[in-house]
Amino acid sequence: MMAAPHIGFVIAAYAIAAVVLVGMVIAVVADYRTQQKALRRLEGGREGSAGP
Amino acid sequence: MPNIANPTAFLAFVRRALPWLWAATAALFALGLWLALFVAPPDYQQGETARIMYLHVPAAWMAMFIYGVMAIAALGTLVWRHPLADAAQKAAAPLGAGFTFVCLTTGSLWGKPMWGTYWVWDARLTSVLVLFILYLGLIALWRAIDDPGRAARAAAILTLVGSVNIPIIKFSVDWWNTLHQPASVFRLGGPTIAPSLLWPLLIMALAFTLLFVALHLMAIRNEILRRRIARLTMVAAARGDSFAPTLTASVHP
Repeated sequence: MMAAPHIGFVIAAYAIAAVVLVGMVIAVVADYRTQQKALRRLEGGREGSAGP
Repeated sequence: MPNIANPTAFLAFVRRALPWLWAATAALFALGLWLALFVAPPDYQQGETARIMYLHVPAAWMAMFIYGVMAIAALGTLVWRHPLADAAQKAAAPLGAGFTFVCLTTGSLWGKPMWGTYWVWDARLTSVLVLFILYLGLIALWRAIDDPGRAARAAAILTLVGSVNIPIIKFSVDWWNTLHQPASVFRLGGPTIAPSLLWPLLIMALAFTLLFVALHLMAIRNEILRRRIARLTMVAAARGDSFAPTLTASVHP
């Protein structure tokens, strides 16, 4: 397969698809971590300020 | 099946479902890529270049499928007032844009060696580009309107108006004389593609679909958390807690 004509186009297509799909996974996971961190901080602050 | 219309039940459902979904997605991608790259024979006319099909076609199906999901979610927002409909719609738009981008770029890379050009203003290509712009417009609309309720209604209306583009994409190759080939899988009379090429394609399509479902569930969960944070931040700000203002920066995407 590597000696086939136009193989560069095939490799480029798979590389771009991998970057975009893995990028979407990373973006969604990173967003989840950001939201969880903010929520923990907010809930921690709420518990800390819940005194008399 | 829990009542996943309830955000708390939805979060519990996502926590249980995600490990299975990711395992199935990874297994299908491994099988699909092995079949697509090493088992499926080269096309008798296009040679190895036809292997781009195993990315391009599933990405194109997902581009349209995700818009269909968003259109149903838009109806959920406007008609049924489902509590998670607008979160589902907002979460799907960036994923739809990503899959459409993959469809356009892989199509372009397939077009250059086969047609002699990366791009042509053909009805199929142009209508998919319009779909990509619609996704970007919807993402921008969500970010431009501060009130989440108004943003949801505006995005729902735009989504439903834009859904007229989906049958145009599907039937563009029949209605107009296009450089793009006509449908060869979902057509009356059955697929015209050989089974040795069709099976890897269907497995890759299933892998793409499960990837979208997993990412969509995670993105909806993120949206639920974002709204919970916004609510708690407002409560904290109303009480005058010192940490509240620092959190507002992380509430907005």
